[in-house]
Amino acid sequence: MSELYKLTIAEASKGLRAKTFTSLQLTQACLERLRAVEPQVHATLQILDAQAIEDANAADARLASGAALGPLDGVPVMVKDNLQLRGSRTTAGSKILENYESPFDATAVAKLKAAGAVVLAKTNLDEFAMGSSTETSAFGVTRNPWNLTKIPGGSSGGSAAALSAGMCLGALGSDTGGSIRQPAAMCGVTGFKPTYGRVSRYGLMSMASSLDQIGTFGRTAEDAKLLLDAIEGNDALDSTSAETSRYVASAYEGKSLKGLRVGLPEEFFADGIDPEIKERVLEAAKELEKLGAELVNVKLPSARYGLPVYYVIMPCEVSANLSRYDGMRFGLSVPAPSLKETYFTTRHDGFGKEVRRRIMLGAHALSSGWYDAYYLQAQKVRAKMKAEFDALMQDVDLLLSPTSPSVAWDLGEKFDDPIAMYLTDIYTVTVNVVGAPAVSVPCGFVRDLPVGMQLIGRQFEDALVLDAASRYQTVTDWHTKQPML
Amino acid sequence: MSLSREEILKIANLAHLKVAEDEIETLQAKLSSVLEYVGQLSEVDVTGIEPAAHITGVSNVLRDDVVKTTPVEVRESLLNAAPSREGDLVKVKAVFQ
Repeated sequence: MSELYKLTIAEASKGLRAKTFTSLQLTQACLERLRAVEPQVHATLQILDAQAIEDANAADARLASGAALGPLDGVPVMVKDNLQLRGSRTTAGSKILENYESPFDATAVAKLKAAGAVVLAKTNLDEFAMGSSTETSAFGVTRNPWNLTKIPGGSSGGSAAALSAGMCLGALGSDTGGSIRQPAAMCGVTGFKPTYGRVSRYGLMSMASSLDQIGTFGRTAEDAKLLLDAIEGNDALDSTSAETSRYVASAYEGKSLKGLRVGLPEEFFADGIDPEIKERVLEAAKELEKLGAELVNVKLPSARYGLPVYYVIMPCEVSANLSRYDGMRFGLSVPAPSLKETYFTTRHDGFGKEVRRRIMLGAHALSSGWYDAYYLQAQKVRAKMKAEFDALMQDVDLLLSPTSPSVAWDLGEKFDDPIAMYLTDIYTVTVNVVGAPAVSVPCGFVRDLPVGMQLIGRQFEDALVLDAASRYQTVTDWHTKQPML
Repeated sequence: MSLSREEILKIANLAHLKVAEDEIETLQAKLSSVLEYVGQLSEVDVTGIEPAAHITGVSNVLRDDVVKTTPVEVRESLLNAAPSREGDLVKVKAVFQ
């Protein structure tokens, strides 16, 4: 029973129901694993062990009396620290919220709890989810469990690393430009970003509201789906969340992938990609072909503008969203002689460099005289990209690409070069810009580091994306590899 | 396009951020490099294209304008989150001099 922490959610759920083990045993196995490896990995910011044991006991009582809540009942998971969890400290990885205690639960967290999941810890992240390496956290870097000298990806690097290292069976993250998919790829786990609006953003600390989406990490696409099933849904508390009537079921469930058209956009296999990553993804494409899918070479010319559109819209929304941290209502407040000086000093001392850079970029792009050239132009290009994406998706059902152009890099390597860091999101941002669902699935290794492939679907066809990923995992075993720690 | 020292100070003021003297030069370089990178958007022909409003097309989500009560402990916790509290009020520095 010592390796219960290696189970998938689906396996654990079966074991709990068959009474092979209890939620308490499973929870303690994860907590023991956490204590053993966390000093090397640093994936978490707060461990909620007392509450977790209480929740595991409650789940065991339900399981014993035949009143289990669903597949997540008694399953240990973790939650990214930009999600409100009542009574926990929620810092978003920022010094400005170092001592902030959540007064309420995010809708996704409340739903996770209502499904019986046991929340073990809050996970580390780039400050306010701004970064691609989890290095901008004010509370220290997270290390990649596959190689402790490498970054885990980001911004949800703590969630990806914790799952990869065996500290939990699943996790929640948030994805604004690739922050679930890219760390999932770099840590060798499955990471899913749902269609924009599928999961309520209520209680997610806003970064860029038109791009932010909460999503799930699992050892398999099936697990990512089990978590999604629990947290999705329309929510009156998030007016941008979508009606569930728009969800489309997978037409291929339980069937061969014959008839499924998978497009390989040439722009996602071009300049700047590690050639070995390209090989791994093309091998994965062959597997999908063997499963019955038809591969099609396609073009998405406007994808080259994905990153520049993102780096206008995102900082603009960041600068507006983060204006709430003013030292008055919550968080850090640095005493100064006047109101204005309190604002300025608190925000300077409380925010890290990358966050301040993005706030300033947004303030500039939105300022008088620049708004049309930057924000308005970016929103027009965004509309153009969406139209082009929709037209392409008339012809194919899914797009396949690498998740990231590179495997995990050395800690510190790109920290001082914002453009080099931003370029690592080149294949993921377009998905956020057009509001589509996408998953990153392990598809091999390059220089002993995990590689992820990305499957992108039409809006609200989340089920097809996960179904195809699941099918791929029935004929490959990359997702079963776990790091030696 | 490179941002001048004065522009950096103006932006910082708009963003409500103090800038230390030794940070100005780095900010000039880093912000300018990002602006230069995103500048390529100007080459895209967007004639006749309406700017994106909501990406999944949700619009005009309304709710009734009614007061809802908050549980006492949540209310307390919200008030306690303020750096300075006086009774049931959040205490701030004088807004008008």
